[in-house]
Amino acid sequence: MANAAFPRPDMPGAQPVEGAKLKSVSTTAPLRLLSTGEIPDHIFAIVITATGLAVLGVLALIVYELVLRSSLAWHAFGWKFFIASDWDPVSEQFGALPFIYGTLVSSLLALIIALPLSVGVAVFTTEMCPKKFRGPLSFFVELLAAIPSVIYGLWAMFVLVPILIQYVSPVLSKTLGWTGLFTGPFFGYSMLSAGIILAIMIIPIISSITREVLAVVPQHQREAVLALGATRWEMIRIGVLRNARAGIVGAIILGLGRALGETMAVTMVIGNSPHISQSLFAPGYTMASVLANEFSEATGDIYQSALVEIGLALFFVTIIVNALARLLVWSVARGQPVRANA
Amino acid sequence: MSSSPVPKVGLRRRLTDHLMTLLAVLAVIIVLAPLIAIFGDLLYRGASSLNWAFFTQIPKPVGETGGGMANAIVGSMLILGIASLIGVPFGIGAGIYLAEFGRNRLGGAIRFTADVLNGVPSIVVGVVAWAIVVLYQKHFSALAGGVALAIMMVPTICRTTEEMLLLVPQSLREAAYGLGVPRWRTTLSITLRTATSGVITGVMLAFARIAGETAPLLFTALGNQFWNLNPSQPTAALPLQIYVYANSPYDDWHRQAWAASLVLIILIVGAVSAVRFAVRRGSFGTA
Repeated sequence: MANAAFPRPDMPGAQPVEGAKLKSVSTTAPLRLLSTGEIPDHIFAIVITATGLAVLGVLALIVYELVLRSSLAWHAFGWKFFIASDWDPVSEQFGALPFIYGTLVSSLLALIIALPLSVGVAVFTTEMCPKKFRGPLSFFVELLAAIPSVIYGLWAMFVLVPILIQYVSPVLSKTLGWTGLFTGPFFGYSMLSAGIILAIMIIPIISSITREVLAVVPQHQREAVLALGATRWEMIRIGVLRNARAGIVGAIILGLGRALGETMAVTMVIGNSPHISQSLFAPGYTMASVLANEFSEATGDIYQSALVEIGLALFFVTIIVNALARLLVWSVARGQPVRANA
Repeated sequence: MSSSPVPKVGLRRRLTDHLMTLLAVLAVIIVLAPLIAIFGDLLYRGASSLNWAFFTQIPKPVGETGGGMANAIVGSMLILGIASLIGVPFGIGAGIYLAEFGRNRLGGAIRFTADVLNGVPSIVVGVVAWAIVVLYQKHFSALAGGVALAIMMVPTICRTTEEMLLLVPQSLREAAYGLGVPRWRTTLSITLRTATSGVITGVMLAFARIAGETAPLLFTALGNQFWNLNPSQPTAALPLQIYVYANSPYDDWHRQAWAASLVLIILIVGAVSAVRFAVRRGSFGTA
């Protein structure tokens, strides 16, 4: 098995080894160290450890730079920065609440749309689909994850938004207008559009991780439930989904982490207006899109610093969300690493 | 004879079963619909806008039709090249550390950090690259864009390299040690070499992931309407150009944005499919 799976690597010839042996017999200790490779081994270990530590260093650097560059805004506004809702670069008044609100609402909307669909796809691929279609189907869903954010944005601007204006928004305002979520004029660039495009973007993440989690549910669980006379759906509900609950929650949180930080597609369709509105038809603004729109043109130290502080807040939220999700998925997949992207 | 040993399943339960199957199929259709629509639109709108000028000319001044994105294609290559030069060695090195030295607490910490870094929003990485490169150079540059993308490459490459190295059987390492091969030589020419195809898979996936990134380039590489091959100057990139053109009011620029998207997606899907094909045929079935 090992022979078939792994092509035989080029082994070093016999000569250098014999040479080393001869030398090791005839020379003094330091030279022997050199020739048997103990010193190169130490150097190698140090270099490799350094690259490993660089990963930790990058995270430390991110935290350090974000804290350093946002300190000005932090000292000026303190906690009020996160609860004030006026964003006025001209008079240097900065409150991040509209962006926090926009990020949360668009991500939650995306989760509500994406959750049933991605679990449905995962259940279909692992439990219902004929075996030979499983590979292609998951490949196509993962292709969705490979499409760059900016292309989603382009497609949303020119294809999705016109469809929403023409067909979806009249129906929504007629049937669900009483909730207050779908009122007012709909010009296309809105929280609703952002939530839908985000949902399309996070479905592959949630469904591929859910699929992996479902796959580690032991086969005998399914057989046991079937043996008790359950239908296929009952088997899935009792034998599979119930066992995979923690992992599915992990997948959802991972999807949430992705949605919170998503920038380009959202920026292109959300309308970029820093006002809090109850209606999903109204334009909004997210933390990531305010950075994308205003950072390169921000003049004045306090303006720039306020934007970095938004970045810092976004960073901490996504870190916490991701760490939580990883722990949940890890605990289910028994320490096997699960990849989030294609 | 008439009573079968298996009791009959009630109507309600059978209906629920069918309903749920139907819903799952429906979910698959709803999920695949935008995928098909996106690829269809890209092909339909992109292919009709692709022409020779797109690949050979730089953008025309605002208002004039025509022109192309030659500078953005070259700029993207420059930025991606810088990112790979920095990100690939660090990623593979960190992966080797995790696989060969990382069975301890520090290894666990690095593993967790890499996974967490994977989830850092790309726009935040852009802010950091701006802070560590642009602020010191005093202007936007391809180098800053490359650094941002390199930071995004490292965690992906690191984790796949680790997984692939761990698939190499321990007996192979022991055989090398038994012949008196030093550890560094064993790791580089036996373990890493055996896992080459898997490691390349990881690199390609990371590359495909950063090739379409726009957010970290907004305030690092910035974009440029002209030729630039100097890494310390603002540089155009394909995704940036798509963003700018899509937001412009000109139909001709919209047309070019679709064309650029088609080129970008062919590049990325090509890389991902090639990897998948290679993995399917190669020795590593779990990537």
